[in-house]
Amino acid sequence: MANKILVFVEQRNNEIKKSSLETVKAGAEFAKELNAEVEAVVVGGDIADFNSIAKYGVPKVTHIKNQDLNVYTSSGYAQVLSDFANETGADLLLFANSAMGRDLSPRVAVKVDAGIVADCVGFTFENGEVIATHPVYAGKALTDVKINSPKKIFTIRPNTFNLGDAADATAEVSVKEVDNVNTSVKVVDITRASDKLDVAEASIIVSGGRGMGGPENYAMLEELAGLLGGAVGASRAAVDAGWRPHSDQVGQTGKTVSPNLYIACGISGAIQHMAGMRTSKYIVAINKDPEAPIFTIADYGITGDLFEVVPALIEEIKKG
Amino acid sequence: MKIAVCVSHVPDTAAKINVGADEKSIDKNGVSFIINPYDEYAVEEALKTKEALGGEVVVISLGGDEVKETIRKALAMGADSGVHLKKEGYFDSYATAKALAEELKAQNAEMVFFGKQSIDFDSGVVGQMVAEMLGYNSVSVVVDLKIEGNNIRAEREIEGGKEVVETTLPAVITAQKGLNEPRYASLRGIMQAKKKTIEEKEAQTGDSRVELLKMRKPAPKAPGKILGSDASVVPELVRLLKEEAKVI
Ligand SMILES: Cc1cc2nc3c(=O)[nH]c(=O)nc-3n(C[C@H](O)[C@H](O)[C@H](O)COP(=O)(O)OP(=O)(O)OC[C@H]3O[C@@H](n4cnc5c(N)ncnc54)[C@H](O)[C@@H]3O)c2cc1C
Ligand SMILES: Cc1cc2nc3c(=O)[nH]c(=O)nc-3n(C[C@H](O)[C@H](O)[C@H](O)COP(=O)(O)OP(=O)(O)OC[C@H]3O[C@@H](n4cnc5c(N)ncnc54)[C@H](O)[C@@H]3O)c2cc1C
Repeated sequence: MANKILVFVEQRNNEIKKSSLETVKAGAEFAKELNAEVEAVVVGGDIADFNSIAKYGVPKVTHIKNQDLNVYTSSGYAQVLSDFANETGADLLLFANSAMGRDLSPRVAVKVDAGIVADCVGFTFENGEVIATHPVYAGKALTDVKINSPKKIFTIRPNTFNLGDAADATAEVSVKEVDNVNTSVKVVDITRASDKLDVAEASIIVSGGRGMGGPENYAMLEELAGLLGGAVGASRAAVDAGWRPHSDQVGQTGKTVSPNLYIACGISGAIQHMAGMRTSKYIVAINKDPEAPIFTIADYGITGDLFEVVPALIEEIKKG
Repeated sequence: MKIAVCVSHVPDTAAKINVGADEKSIDKNGVSFIINPYDEYAVEEALKTKEALGGEVVVISLGGDEVKETIRKALAMGADSGVHLKKEGYFDSYATAKALAEELKAQNAEMVFFGKQSIDFDSGVVGQMVAEMLGYNSVSVVVDLKIEGNNIRAEREIEGGKEVVETTLPAVITAQKGLNEPRYASLRGIMQAKKKTIEEKEAQTGDSRVELLKMRKPAPKAPGKILGSDASVVPELVRLLKEEAKVI
């Protein structure tokens, strides 16, 4: 049961994140299924346009403001969000399972006295109850769980809800100024590897393993990913060889991803690699070894030399 | 400084996972267990902190008798003592956090290390919940840590980069790969670990809030299509991605 749903919408650098819009879409769906109210909350920043939130189904938006909230502070965000949830009587909170969502939501759970299920990849609704699917053992098994406490928090893995088309809608925004923000934990600097898309958030990933032969050959994967609007990932063998940064590693000790399309180039498909990407909606494998385990989970496979196949793929996609 | 590390006992990353007959847990037959890989970074960082600032390191694990093996592993790496919070059966992240927080309060630990995630249930939440229960500061998914006096400067991994976070003691840190290189337990360490004490206590978990209805294997994927063995099938691949999969 839930009466009031609150969706936490994350801003970074005054921009609303795509994974949060997916969470907004989830919130709208929850509200319909549970016959509940839904609203969204944005903390900090200087946001020009909240209409994207309305366009994905949640018109009611509160913007909590204080200059100490412009940059992430887990202590401050947890405080203002919990206060707001208590004031509005929200009993179901949704977060994206992003770096911020995962840092913040457990603290909010304790503050508002909620049960929490992190990293959900699907939901069903039965008699007004939410049943969440949470992968365990690196996705080698799935659990169906429900929260029995009156207050509930779910964090949702990026790409679980596809954004689809935006409706034409305008947000009703109320601004809430707060004071005495607790900044005992404060972000003082952000270093960006670059402006590149993170594999954990990308809806298309082109990933390269030991079969790439060396760091210089990733240029063609960058080109392919660029054409597709995706990100480049890597296996641990490529990361351990120093060809790619650890932040690109997909797998059990790297990132867990579920893009719409995962293209594995020169990756054998070790159990720890597959653990991190098996929930991808479509998997393409390019590997010269027809016995490579990656083919057991690939939707489409080419058992050939990636140094021929990848350039041909780039040319074919350029044709449009 | 009193330093604590919380460690979980998990199946090896290479283990094949089968669901047990109860459809609520895994079939443990033939599965070997290890210290949670992220908790090894946590133990290493705790030991480094002790070496730099002095103090003692206590290792805490919650679960059945089997978790003692993982506590011993941390003791062999160099931790001073262990606490086994005994509890069989099912408990959720909240209950886990509750039991750990109760013990940490009793220990009066100023600096507490966790892994960023336990690779069994993969929630990545217990450390932050414990911090909130204790009223401690926390930084999660940390890849670099400096403690000077009362001040902490930590780098945490975020999408496409890193955040530099400043806070103060007492604090909880959750460790990510890259934070350090965990040491191997020496033979001497292993021998000494046998003599170190592991105190056993009844775990105060309270009630679980999350109910596990069912554990299942992901639906097997229908066998994919091998399109061919060279670049001549690339146009067909692109057509399928556009028309059948509709992903590009
Ligand atoms: C505790 C632990 C955690 C781990 N975590 C991870 C993790 O998070 N992520 C991860 O990826 N791994 C992880 N591993 C490592 C994993 O077991 C494998 O070693 C690793 O995934 C192998 O990477 P790879 O597929 O790139 O290399 P390989 O297994 O060496 O495969 C290379 C493949 O490239 C193919 N190839 C070579 N040349 C060409 C060519 N010209 N054209 C086409 N194909 C070609 C080969 O046929 C081969 O199949 C972990 C291991 C352990 C023990
Ligand atoms: C939905 C759900 C169902 C569950 N079902 C079962 C079940 O059927 N059988 C069963 O035995 N358990 C079950 N558990 C319990 C689960 O095994 C424990 O909660 C697990 O130890 C922590 O998992 P987590 O994903 O919450 O930890 P995370 O939040 O990922 O853990 C983060 C860190 O917390 C610390 N930590 C976590 N667990 C412990 C621990 N036990 N002792 C000391 N430190 C720890 C470690 O430092 C770890 O790196 C379930 C948990 C959940 C959330």
